[in-house]
Amino acid sequence: MTQTLSISERKIGFWLAVLLALLGFVMAASARHGVMAAHGFMALALGFGLVFVLGGALFDPEPQQDRSSRYYDAPTRFGIVMTLVWAMIGMGVGVWVAGLLYLPEATPPWPWTSFGRLRPVHTTGIIFGFGGNALIATSFHVLQRTSRARLADNISPWFVLLGFNLFCLWAVTGYMMGSTQSKEYAEAEWYADLWLVVVWVTYFALYIRTLARRAEPHIYVANWYYLAFILVVAMLHIVNNLALPVRWTTAESFPVWSGVQDAMVQWWYGHNAVAFFLTSGFLGMLYYFLPVRSGRPIWSYRLSIVSFWGIVFFYIWVGSHHLHYTALPYWAQTLGMTFSVILLVPSWASAGNAIATLNGAWHKVRDDATLRFMFVAAVFYGLSTFEGSFLAIRPVNSLSHYTDWTVGHVHSGTLGWVAMIVFGAIYTLVPQLSGREAMASPRAVEWHFWLAVGGTLVYVVSMWNAGITQGLMWRAYDENGALSYSFVQSVEAMAPYYLLRTIGGAMFLAGTVICVWNCRATMRTTGGEVTDRPLAPQPAE
Amino acid sequence: MSNPTDPRQLPGADPHTGNRKVDPVTGYETTGHDWGGITELNTAFPKIVIWALILAVTYSVIAWILLPAWPLGRDYTRGLLGLDQGQQALEGFQELSAGRQDWLSRFGDGDFAALQSDADLMARALPAAERLFSDNCAACHGDAGQGGPGYPVLADDHWLWGGDPAAIAETLHVGINADHPDTRIAEMPAFDWMERADRTALAQYVSELPSGRADVDSSGATLFAENCASCHGDGGAGGLEGIGAPSLTDGSVIYGQDEGTVMETLKLGRHGVMPAWTGRLSDAEINLLALYVVALGQRGAEAAQ
Repeated sequence: MTQTLSISERKIGFWLAVLLALLGFVMAASARHGVMAAHGFMALALGFGLVFVLGGALFDPEPQQDRSSRYYDAPTRFGIVMTLVWAMIGMGVGVWVAGLLYLPEATPPWPWTSFGRLRPVHTTGIIFGFGGNALIATSFHVLQRTSRARLADNISPWFVLLGFNLFCLWAVTGYMMGSTQSKEYAEAEWYADLWLVVVWVTYFALYIRTLARRAEPHIYVANWYYLAFILVVAMLHIVNNLALPVRWTTAESFPVWSGVQDAMVQWWYGHNAVAFFLTSGFLGMLYYFLPVRSGRPIWSYRLSIVSFWGIVFFYIWVGSHHLHYTALPYWAQTLGMTFSVILLVPSWASAGNAIATLNGAWHKVRDDATLRFMFVAAVFYGLSTFEGSFLAIRPVNSLSHYTDWTVGHVHSGTLGWVAMIVFGAIYTLVPQLSGREAMASPRAVEWHFWLAVGGTLVYVVSMWNAGITQGLMWRAYDENGALSYSFVQSVEAMAPYYLLRTIGGAMFLAGTVICVWNCRATMRTTGGEVTDRPLAPQPAE
Repeated sequence: MSNPTDPRQLPGADPHTGNRKVDPVTGYETTGHDWGGITELNTAFPKIVIWALILAVTYSVIAWILLPAWPLGRDYTRGLLGLDQGQQALEGFQELSAGRQDWLSRFGDGDFAALQSDADLMARALPAAERLFSDNCAACHGDAGQGGPGYPVLADDHWLWGGDPAAIAETLHVGINADHPDTRIAEMPAFDWMERADRTALAQYVSELPSGRADVDSSGATLFAENCASCHGDGGAGGLEGIGAPSLTDGSVIYGQDEGTVMETLKLGRHGVMPAWTGRLSDAEINLLALYVVALGQRGAEAAQ
């Protein structure tokens, strides 16, 4: 990190680290005890660490002179490492809590190990830790390559990555200490939310400034998707997390929304977290890495533009389908349902565009596990968007709502689509950034691929069965008009599916462990400099 | 080696990249954009997407016409079907409950003897009672009424408040230490004011009552007679109705009767709660449950013999 920064940048970084340590000190000193104090100490420790790293390098020699004619890949490399770290944490905790559902007696006696505290560690660890780091890391890479421009400055990428990971750390450690605002995917408390706003605005500014320096006449569609991700997530995050702290020195706060408005804002946020965090940004990843890896042109330029605007416009309406048959007014449910159905068209257009792009490269899909990851991602993207629109139809939802079908749907998206495209991107990037032709072990990539596909299928199919079984048991009445099953019978019926789900998750985790080992081995045997560099602008023909 | 899908081997393609202005695989032209090697085909917009869009929008417009859909300031478009989800939910519940009325309504007046002797009726009702019990009672009392630490066993013939159907129905209605105005009240007071040595002697005496080995000449026995017998009866034999004080000789104490647990009970007292079910369950459902619990007790007592 430090040898890529000039001496003056190291000085600025040094003072930013001092400020971070100071912020942590003020938080810890004013809160004195509790979650906020612990989080203050974490910021203090990170600030101190950076002070030492940057301070120790203040008088090292300047970086090479032609820095501005090269892409800045060190932040991407760091982001990939953090992606893999969070993948292990998030998926590991996921498998553990899946096991607890099968065997709740195994819950250890300490409060921080309870299911209720660890489940948000899994969701936040995956969505923000794994997904967020992967998005930031790949966005830096894609942005530079498709703009033929180096990142606009050298400090803000580090601020974004380190700040974002501090947010993730605050979030998951807060849950384990019992601190939560009880909003799905937005459990982190107010000061962590404010911190994320600062980080996110820096990210947006960096992205826009770099795009403005581009040497290409057009903005590639991947950048549109990444920008939509950054912009809309900022909007969602701020609105859903509006809250009044009980005191400035404690973690607790009251949300400004209440009642059904709170539920609607929460699911407007929650569904668009799926749309703009887990879809839009990853479509940007797909639109870059799929053509690069397959060496094929995007099948239809027009389709990619129309799909983009379709996805961005229709997604923002559909959050109310999470609240069918609730206190939410019927009209809002109808709108959520109908826009969910229309949304299927641009979603499938994107998936179809990706798969049609592989025309002429099917022999590569057969031979190259990395490209196969991306192909499977596009297929699961199509499957889970179809399932999402289907489950959003009110009568279907009356069967599926509150069951494990929803859990299966989410995991077909996150395991089959999001994680697959991330692994495809990682297997493309890691050798390239290490100046190598291929990963250290191509065989390990094959193993990872089949473990991931097998694990996903086992997981998703068992959850479909579980959810439909639950839904049917809950609505069954006998000939005397009495319920056919008590609730606990529907819980007992879940045992085989919960066991299978744990096995599927463990298979997926095993593949990830192989990936981490393989990436470490590849990164350690660096083959030299990255060869590609910004070229002179070339006007469109 | 010939590979029909490899673009590099197609006529007119660059032998290294496979690219050319007209894509050799699809025959489409590229757009001319180039981002570090990524190009795009100028494929015509696929007709199927337009048709899919028309279909999806048509479905939506029909839904908007039929159902409540668009907000209009303080009102909204009601839809031609005039549906109201609250009304629909109520009608659904009423329809379901109408399907039960022919047999469930007969439990409403609580003539337990007549109900118990009607074998056909009970055969129809007991499966429903079992699910009612599982959904409402089993969380504390166990799925077969086997109880647990702090929660009484229902599958035996020990009853603190009476084991006939009317008494059980009353307990269900008003609860114990519950928020119902007529709730049954049971209070084991804390004896924290007592010397620890006395409490130890008392606990030792009480813990030996079920086995019959308790020493009637011990200081514990004296303390028991002075402090405990008014509720728990002479020698802990029980007998005082209406205060929920158990017999201490028959092993039915729900919190446990080993010396350590009795010490805890003496120090802190006990104030167990059974919620009142009036308002959550109908009279007929409560009466049905009372009969089910009686049957549980009889079955348990038979099994024990």
